[in-house]
Amino acid sequence: MEPILRVKEIYKGFDGNGVLQGVSLDIREGEVVVIIGPSGCGKSTLLRCINGLEKIDRGEIWLRDQRISDLGKDMYRVRQRIGMVFQSYDLFPHMKVMDNLLLGPVKALKKPREEVEAEAVEMLRRVGLADKAQALPRTLSGGQKQRVALVRAMLMHPELLLLDEITAALDPEMVSEVLNVVIDLAEQGMTMAIVTHEMRFAEAVADRVLFMEQGVIAEEGVPEEFFREPRTERARRFLQSFTYASARKRPRDPAGMPEDA
Amino acid sequence: MQDLGISVLFRGVNFQRLLLGLWVTLRIALITIGISIVLGLLFGIVMMSRSRAARSVCRVWLEIVRFMPQLVLLYLVYFGFARLFGWNLDGEASAVLVFSFWGTAEMGDLFRGALTSIPRHQRESAAALGLTRAQINRYILLPQTVRRLLPQVINLSTRIIKTTALVKMINVTEVLKVGQQIIGQFYREPSAAFWVYAAVFLLYFLICWPISLLAGSLERRYHE
Repeated sequence: MEPILRVKEIYKGFDGNGVLQGVSLDIREGEVVVIIGPSGCGKSTLLRCINGLEKIDRGEIWLRDQRISDLGKDMYRVRQRIGMVFQSYDLFPHMKVMDNLLLGPVKALKKPREEVEAEAVEMLRRVGLADKAQALPRTLSGGQKQRVALVRAMLMHPELLLLDEITAALDPEMVSEVLNVVIDLAEQGMTMAIVTHEMRFAEAVADRVLFMEQGVIAEEGVPEEFFREPRTERARRFLQSFTYASARKRPRDPAGMPEDA
Repeated sequence: MQDLGISVLFRGVNFQRLLLGLWVTLRIALITIGISIVLGLLFGIVMMSRSRAARSVCRVWLEIVRFMPQLVLLYLVYFGFARLFGWNLDGEASAVLVFSFWGTAEMGDLFRGALTSIPRHQRESAAALGLTRAQINRYILLPQTVRRLLPQVINLSTRIIKTTALVKMINVTEVLKVGQQIIGQFYREPSAAFWVYAAVFLLYFLICWPISLLAGSLERRYHE
């Protein structure tokens, strides 16, 4: 099957630092690709390049049969087809939850307000926020904000959804309420590229895992193999820095283990 | 004896005179605030411009108004410019000129601050929804900028109102000057000074307090 997204040998540098050094990646319809790797490996930059928040220095990015890597000002049309949720709580603080949700579909896609509103109510209910439609973002918890941000992106009916460490700024007890929504989306067949540090979540949701380091994809594979038997030494060391990755491989250390990596 | 002092306020047209003085104060302040907001917006935009020279001019301007006492600027313009350039500015015009020079720079710095304080991800998440640049400005950046700005602009405005008290030094008969004239006329009432200045204080208070309350409530309302 033709991939939805093709990233071909892209390069991106900031101030002489090569953040992406020849990254290629295809994503098929309905596929969930999880990108992991140490900080600064270029995984967030990769997502940002895909929807044009960063301009790439070399290479090409295609969305279906359209080259999108050099659209310049017209990129906004492509962004209507690619959803993105960020790490920082990025709701618009001056708008109620419902207005946050309506903005894109009504202003960018020119859909009738009533239609979108009905859909928004239904989606809020599904993520457990039925009573928050008229709330201001500042009254929500971090986890609630991120669920709203996910709904906001989904109301655009994107062909591809990019999630950039959407739980990294959350208190630990709120992580799962957000990630469960993502797992639901995956089950509904949403095509996604996800950058995350939550390894158990990555394993649960991914069809394919990419391990990035120093601006290149160092290893890729299905999660069952990648998390149990990483082929590269670098990936092995990275996984060992996560408590639960090592906890699985050997019996629990009686002296107790560090809480977090 | 105290009673006699306070009665000075209501003798003849004294109170009306004070109010008239207050009007002069307000007129100078309002014109200054108006000019400062319009020019300040330009100033703020220039401060963010790519031209190094333009930014430097703004910086120097801002530094001057920050460490130069307004009174010195008033003297410089009112007494100095008249002699040097043969300008015949009256006190009120000089005051508006000096205060606008000051207000423009301060407003401009507020505008610059508000425009640059909107987090980058606000623009980015709006862009990620496929909004055009114009839509992002209109629905996301402008409303948030105005909300951040309004309380600060109001606070600066009260500072401008208070600072107009200085114009009595360049012979503008505003509320403080009127008060001194009244005290002068009623020098036989030793407590007149207290009551007249208390009245002037109260008038300033009645003008600035509601404005400051407004700023506070806006700040709370818009607090994220």
